Amino acid sequence: MHSFDFATPTSVSDAVAILAKEGSNARLLAGGTDLLIGMRVGRATPGLVVDAKQIPELKQYKLDGNGLQLGSAVTCRTLYEDSAVVDAYPALIESAELIGGMQTQGRASIGGNLCNAAPSGDSIPTLIVLGAEAVVIGPNGQRNLAVEDVCVAPGKTSLADNELLLTINIPAPAANSGACFQRFIPRNEMDIAIASVASSVVLSGDGSTFESARIALGAVGPTPIFAQGAGDLLAGKPVNEASIQEAADAAEAVATPINDMRGTIEQRKHLINVLTKRTLREAVARAKG
Amino acid sequence: MNAPTTPPPVKTEFDVVGTTPIRKDGEEKVTGAALFGDDIHLPGMLHGAMLRSPHPHARIVSIDTSKAAALKGVRTVITGADMPTLSSTVVAAGEGGEVNMQDIADNCIARDKVFYDGHVVAAVAADNKHIAEAACALIEVEYELLEPVLNVHDAVAEGAPVLHEDYTPGAFLFPTQKALPNAGRLFMEHGDVDATFDACDHVVEREFTTKSVHQGYIEPHVTTAVWTGEDTLTIHTSTQGGFAIRDFMASFMNMPMSKIKVVPMEIGGGFGGKDVVYLDSLAAVMAKRTGRPVKIFMSRSEVLRGTGPSPETYIKVKIGCNNEGQLLAADLYLLFEAGAYPGGPIAPGTMCALTRYNIPNVRLDGYDVFLNKPKMKPYRAPGATQANFAAESAIADLAEMAGIDPIQFRLTNALKPGDMMPMGFPCPPLGSIEMLNAIKNHPHYTAPLEGENRGRGISYAFWFGAGLASCAEIRCNTDGTINLTTGSADLSGTRTTLGMQAAEELGVDNDLITTNVGDTDSVGYTFQSVGSRTTFATGIAVISACRKLVEEMKKRAAMEWEVEGSEVDYASGVFTLKSDSSKTLSFGEICGKADHTGGPLIADASEFPEGVGFQIAANIVDVEVDVETGKVDILRYSTLQDVGKAVHPDFVEGQMQGGTVQGIGWALNEEYFYDEKGTLRNPTLLDYRMPTSLDVPNIDCTILETPNPGHPYGVRGVGEVPIVPPPAAIRDAIKNAIGVSLNDLPMKPGNVLKAIWEQKGK
Repeated sequence: MHSFDFATPTSVSDAVAILAKEGSNARLLAGGTDLLIGMRVGRATPGLVVDAKQIPELKQYKLDGNGLQLGSAVTCRTLYEDSAVVDAYPALIESAELIGGMQTQGRASIGGNLCNAAPSGDSIPTLIVLGAEAVVIGPNGQRNLAVEDVCVAPGKTSLADNELLLTINIPAPAANSGACFQRFIPRNEMDIAIASVASSVVLSGDGSTFESARIALGAVGPTPIFAQGAGDLLAGKPVNEASIQEAADAAEAVATPINDMRGTIEQRKHLINVLTKRTLREAVARAKG
Repeated sequence: MNAPTTPPPVKTEFDVVGTTPIRKDGEEKVTGAALFGDDIHLPGMLHGAMLRSPHPHARIVSIDTSKAAALKGVRTVITGADMPTLSSTVVAAGEGGEVNMQDIADNCIARDKVFYDGHVVAAVAADNKHIAEAACALIEVEYELLEPVLNVHDAVAEGAPVLHEDYTPGAFLFPTQKALPNAGRLFMEHGDVDATFDACDHVVEREFTTKSVHQGYIEPHVTTAVWTGEDTLTIHTSTQGGFAIRDFMASFMNMPMSKIKVVPMEIGGGFGGKDVVYLDSLAAVMAKRTGRPVKIFMSRSEVLRGTGPSPETYIKVKIGCNNEGQLLAADLYLLFEAGAYPGGPIAPGTMCALTRYNIPNVRLDGYDVFLNKPKMKPYRAPGATQANFAAESAIADLAEMAGIDPIQFRLTNALKPGDMMPMGFPCPPLGSIEMLNAIKNHPHYTAPLEGENRGRGISYAFWFGAGLASCAEIRCNTDGTINLTTGSADLSGTRTTLGMQAAEELGVDNDLITTNVGDTDSVGYTFQSVGSRTTFATGIAVISACRKLVEEMKKRAAMEWEVEGSEVDYASGVFTLKSDSSKTLSFGEICGKADHTGGPLIADASEFPEGVGFQIAANIVDVEVDVETGKVDILRYSTLQDVGKAVHPDFVEGQMQGGTVQGIGWALNEEYFYDEKGTLRNPTLLDYRMPTSLDVPNIDCTILETPNPGHPYGVRGVGEVPIVPPPAAIRDAIKNAIGVSLNDLPMKPGNVLKAIWEQKGK
């Protein structure tokens, strides 16, 4: 591993000042479960590593009537050990429980998973379908952007070098809503998605009709994909297998996977179809309680 | 391989053998006190790193090390040109074959050409690992790229780029013959194969492929070399055999064997991959140049790229039987990767593909194929898993075609004691019929299996195992305790199983014995811990040493009673005067009198056992296939094995379960994934997918014991055969679950899905 400096700011303003000064020479470290591995193999060579874990705002979260305000360095384990969060956001917990193994989950954060911007990032499709917003802060102040606008290329976000992710804000679940995340891996744990899908639905009061739906795909493009059209076409449709199949076909159509050691284009598009159906069925079941 | 000679009858009543004492090395491993290769820290020690070729096939035009050498903290930089010239390159490898030592030396660091992605081209020793790695990045290598040869079919095709202008054909278990520019050949034929196929009622022809898989030992390769004088070298390393490393190094360094001491450290797994030199020669040369100890360890990616996995294979099987299910003829064509240099496991693969059945007409045509991948290495029953997957799957399909129950089909054809083996001698005692009947009567086999897309499969497997040289030395202390030293690296609890055999033979408490793995200066030459041989072959050396010791102790007792040694009996730790049973001396009392009866009590033995006795195993497995995703889940797994005599039944189960898990890895997900340029794309444990604890259920073990007359207690080798049956068993289960035949390993979800689409439509 190369030599580097290490900074431990204890406030957001200190961190912003350091990033403003260092620019692309600096990398933020939350759990470090992606960054350190990248540094060990020479994929990342920051001259300065900035520890985010000493900044109180980034380590806090708040769950109330407005939803979940999630500090960007809060660990996956913290989330799934809070039964209120588990009850409110089962899809988010499905993601949190899949990011690495148990030891990794004690370090890794949802914010880090988002900022790592892997096409296969296990939390990102879920955040997209939950309608989450990223709150970003930089020298020019704070800005909010939709989570689907964060990732722009493999390993690259729309955040400037001098910006950091403060919180992820997830709205409170609507009435008669449900969400689900599933990924396909060849093994049963400790693996990387060949394809993944998150779906969220809002149903009519009697559960017979989709009022709205959101579908997002992972590992089938350079970034996680918000399959907006596939979700939108469900609005007003009856809750049945035909509607679900139509949405799955639409989701498959927007997937743009590649052939690589993890899977083939044909396999991945097929898996998107299968997983879209499976997650929609589960989201519907959860919406119906 | 020699025919076993008739040995004395085996012992059948035991006091210690067959019990399950706590593992002698258990506490220090659990507490972290055990010293592994990376725990060596010597004064002034430097740290090494290697630069590896990014190209699979290229000529080295020039290497400029000047920038690396100038980096602060760098103490030496070497290339292939700095390695000693071997005085003799071709050496006998037993069984009539030869090994080219230059190939093995060149595999450590390339001289003129690089032969695979990851081939070492230069090495650096520096004050720390980080500096050494930074220096490697400063080395400039100019390559002339050559067309790579990346699969066995291309390699044997006419006009293929030639890797080696000349070569010494590989010899592993049996020699191969020079046949093609890129392949040695092993050909065996008996009977009239072609004519017999015409007379068969049923004939199956299938093509099978398997992918390269790595042993996946948890501890990467590591070594430390230190010169303790101008011409005396000590190597601390993680190895399956200190003597093998010593002898390779003597050849590579042009040194007398006696001037090299190899200290085998605790080892974190080997499975056949840690019995050869990769780092030791680089560390030794750099230590010599700097006058300081040099340690080198590999990263996981270096292990996957640069050490030897088990080969990718192509196996074509044609096999036929009559309406009664009697196998009449078989024809196998096998292409096994050797990798960059000759000597892959083609011979054992070819030789045990069908060895468990009687087939009167057989043709075996195997090729050891050189191509631009790492030099292939043994992996637990080398070559047998690939060959068994192909042959056993074809046999399952043939039984189905003939409409005969799969177990009855195997019973009809099973090799039994006394039947002639392909090696030309009759099969020794082996519980083949007992094992096939044990499957039939197994509660797993008889249990109903319900549910959609679920199926049950079976398979049956054979492996040779090895005898070879072992030494043991036993020393009694005056307090009655015993030190036992052997030359066998302890991969799997063999200090305990060897100590148990000593306790059994001496009739003393197992706790009195402390077993030690000797370095190469402290005990006689012992072959590597490979071939399931340690508890078997080194066990025989231990028993022989114990018998000599008892004879000596009888003389000491006789001295006390002023009689001849022949007048003394010994049993269960007590020496008794034959003519007066009231006169006794305990084992401990004789030990205490050693100084007054002729000096310390020691005995040693050197053995080269031939009566290996062979290993057989069988599997029963239930799977469920997700036909939408192609994923195979294992619901229930049972493995059966004939172990001769289980010295420590818990350890035996550990071997059976561990081998099965590795076999499941071969079957379902593990594969080397090379791109079209010959670059290994998955040299990490994220993308090289070994099974995790959630991927395998409990593996139920049935131990069968048909004593092996080649060992005084009936012991057979245990460690290897359990890896062999899983791929064929899982293929059988998938076929029974969804009616789709998988002929390519791994049966990963993508391949299963593809086969479903091809055979049943999308």
